[in-house]
Amino acid sequence: MINALSTALEKEVEERSGEKPRLCYQCGKCSTGCLFNFAMDILPHQVMKLVQYGQRERLLGSHTIWICASCETCTARCPNDIDVARVMDTLRAMALEGGVAPAERNIPIFHRCFLGNIQATGRISEPVLMGAYKTLSGDLFSDIGLAVRMLKKGKIKLIPSVVRGSREVRRIFREAKE
Amino acid sequence: MKTYSYYPGCSQLSSAEEYGESALRVSEKLGFRLETLPDWNCCGASSAHMTNHLLALSLPGRDLAKARERGGDLVVVCAACYHNLKKAQAEILEDPSVAARVERIVGADPRFEGRIVHLLDVVAEEVGLEALKEKVVRPLEGLKPVSYYGCLMVRPRGMIENDDPDNPRLMDDLLSAMGAEVKKWSYKTDCCGGSLSLTRTDVVVKLVNRIFEAAEEADANCIVVACPMCLANLEMRQSEGRLAFRLEHDLPVFFFTELMALALGMEGPEEWFAKHLVDPRPLLYAKGLA
Repeated sequence: MINALSTALEKEVEERSGEKPRLCYQCGKCSTGCLFNFAMDILPHQVMKLVQYGQRERLLGSHTIWICASCETCTARCPNDIDVARVMDTLRAMALEGGVAPAERNIPIFHRCFLGNIQATGRISEPVLMGAYKTLSGDLFSDIGLAVRMLKKGKIKLIPSVVRGSREVRRIFREAKE
Repeated sequence: MKTYSYYPGCSQLSSAEEYGESALRVSEKLGFRLETLPDWNCCGASSAHMTNHLLALSLPGRDLAKARERGGDLVVVCAACYHNLKKAQAEILEDPSVAARVERIVGADPRFEGRIVHLLDVVAEEVGLEALKEKVVRPLEGLKPVSYYGCLMVRPRGMIENDDPDNPRLMDDLLSAMGAEVKKWSYKTDCCGGSLSLTRTDVVVKLVNRIFEAAEEADANCIVVACPMCLANLEMRQSEGRLAFRLEHDLPVFFFTELMALALGMEGPEEWFAKHLVDPRPLLYAKGLA
């Protein structure tokens, strides 16, 4: 239930994303076209409304912000030119910075491993990424059959490709902390 | 020989090696060269822009600075890299304060003003479909593909070079020019599930199966892609396997460059086809194409 209104969230989202969720007139095109709507707890047009209503906890603690895969179908179809996917990006970043416990435990772990891999070597190495993710998520046993098939097909390169300018890459990570 | 700067992208060095190799070889055969951007780094993929916007500008920013140094246009084959580089470039060129910030972070000027183009566009522009038709030595007769662009090639709206973001046709036309009987369907730009592959496999399995069912319904006998993530999800995520690896559909998935190499009568495709998890060779043998 919404029993208090606050514009603080709307202002913060606007400032960070450059997008104006208040322009949303609830036509619902984003939600009907969303390929991930079946796995969401709050639909994209409801996200726009809840931003207007300042429902910070509900949004930052939602499954939706992590289930959104950023395919940008919503953005492409919004009749009022709101970059809905960009708003989702902003909400995710805010959830991480605010230390909100994510409703989808493993997805932020995956992003952390992915970025950790880039920070270390400048490029993604699939076995390094998988190893880190499996260890941190504790999801050790899925995809064993797949991994065996991929190894047999020569699809997994065990020696990672490394960027020579690794100091430059590490500097980017250091300096881009918002 | 006309030379372009080339951004390979991480997948093309590993799980989608056949895409990277076929892209380089086909380009050379068609009379232009792709010269790898020196010491390029990962574009940051979904994980960067989903968690830190400045990082999503700065990782591509380092690559754009290198492309700027080289001059000319930059060719990309991965739809996700293409999308990320293009978005970062647009924001950097549009907003001087963003450009200045990225420049400070990267330590080099990221204002790359050349074009960032997908290899599909380059083929259409450099060679042209009519001229390509004349180069075909082994028409792809018997292949009934649907072209699957995935989501990121055609978004954001207005960024794609030569094609319609709602109903892209370039790949259809390319495949038709090589003698394939392209099937129509309405799933061309649907998302495959992207980076949720490891974390919410159940969601990706659902999307992937829907794509295969739609392709079968369209009477296609294969799917053609221009993105390594699309191919990986289509081949890997037909079911949620633990110990076993099960395939629910037998439609092979090709990179468009592999079929180009085949149609142009080049050496190499056999080796690339052997790497696919859904083996395309039975279909090709049946149609007398391999």
